[in-house]
Amino acid sequence: MKGKLELRITVAAIALFGLAVLGKVSTIHAQTAPSTGSEVKIDNFTFAPKDLTIAAGTMVRWINRDDIPHTVVSDDKTTFKSKALDTDDSFSYTFTKPGTYSYFCSIHPKMTAKVIVQ
Amino acid sequence: MKPKDNDLLLHDHNQDGVDRRGFLKCMAWAGTGALCVLSGGVLKSYSLSRLSDLPAGHAKSDFSFVQISDSHMGFNKAANPDVVGTLNTAVQKINALPVAPQFLLHTGDVSHLSKPEEFDAVDQILKSCVAKDVHYVPGEHDFIGDDGKQFLDRYGKNAKGSGWYSFDQKGVHFVGLVNVMNLKAGGLGSLGNEQLEWLEADVKHLSKSTPIVVFAHIPLWSVYPQWGWGTDDGAQALSYMKKFGSVTVLNGHIHQTMQKVEGNITFHTAASTAFPQPHPGQADSPGPMKVPAEQLRSILGITDVNFIRGKHALGIVDSNLV
Repeated sequence: MKGKLELRITVAAIALFGLAVLGKVSTIHAQTAPSTGSEVKIDNFTFAPKDLTIAAGTMVRWINRDDIPHTVVSDDKTTFKSKALDTDDSFSYTFTKPGTYSYFCSIHPKMTAKVIVQ
Repeated sequence: MKPKDNDLLLHDHNQDGVDRRGFLKCMAWAGTGALCVLSGGVLKSYSLSRLSDLPAGHAKSDFSFVQISDSHMGFNKAANPDVVGTLNTAVQKINALPVAPQFLLHTGDVSHLSKPEEFDAVDQILKSCVAKDVHYVPGEHDFIGDDGKQFLDRYGKNAKGSGWYSFDQKGVHFVGLVNVMNLKAGGLGSLGNEQLEWLEADVKHLSKSTPIVVFAHIPLWSVYPQWGWGTDDGAQALSYMKKFGSVTVLNGHIHQTMQKVEGNITFHTAASTAFPQPHPGQADSPGPMKVPAEQLRSILGITDVNFIRGKHALGIVDSNLV
């Protein structure tokens, strides 16, 4: 009898442990592979979409399809700042904290847009 | 002469009897290859293809210089896959002018991506120019990634701050300004307080008869703000020039020639030697404008500027690269 109880407890413990491990693994997966990437296309001196709403933890990729170089720089010039992107160059940044992030092209400052992180 | 209600026409502020409407009409012809010469207050025009017809000493100018702009060395897209070739053509044009210019003014976007090899290439090409002195101001393409460190190392040895400076030539005071540093989101070109204070002090003690030439990359006047074609604090800078009889503002950035006269100030923008851009509002964006290959050189160009002592207005002549 004692043996069976011990066995049950052990099985339960293993099961619980297994669930806990599974739980941890799925959490790790969520952190290394964002559920959806998001893309901003740069063309004709415009960021499209101009307002992008994403979930915290999402990586955004900007791709320049214009025939002139552009940059992607947060308004405060420190949060994120790409190098000059020539045609077909790209820049990525993962937004971890919720908030509204306004940005612009530092070469053509009339080009403005924002990312809203929820 | 009755002043008309049009900001391209103005009163005869020089009192030299020059019909400014005729002068500006002549400027428009220059794009198709005419040379307008203001000499002794009389305006004459000559077709560039018949320069040999010009009477000897026609220019009678004390000196002349050439403005080039927006060479965008490194650009290689459809609008012009050969910016080296067109810059070379511009140098040939300069070397063929009836009177050799004393120096060149390059109003910026020397390079396309601020790469060392791009600056090197322009330096190399300009070596074959008859004018050996070149004065530069930066464009926004020259300040990419390093806040202009490379540009200033190369071209800003005697400059202050982000690259502003002044010099005198035969009694004309030249001022090079930088309006492409620290651009803010949604903003236009910007000079900043430090540069404005320097400028005010720099011109304060000059006599009002000193001709002034101001050169900067982005237009100092509001050409088309929607496309960033203007300078937020440009009016402040120009306010320091009110007392002078003759002020000429030379800019680049918009890759097309444009002229406007306002009181004592003549504004002029140069064509690019690399690629044209659309007229304000004529396209979705101010990007490189593709034209049939055989037309390209007719809308790229250089600007020849003649100074004639005693005459306030400088003779400004645009010619294309055909």
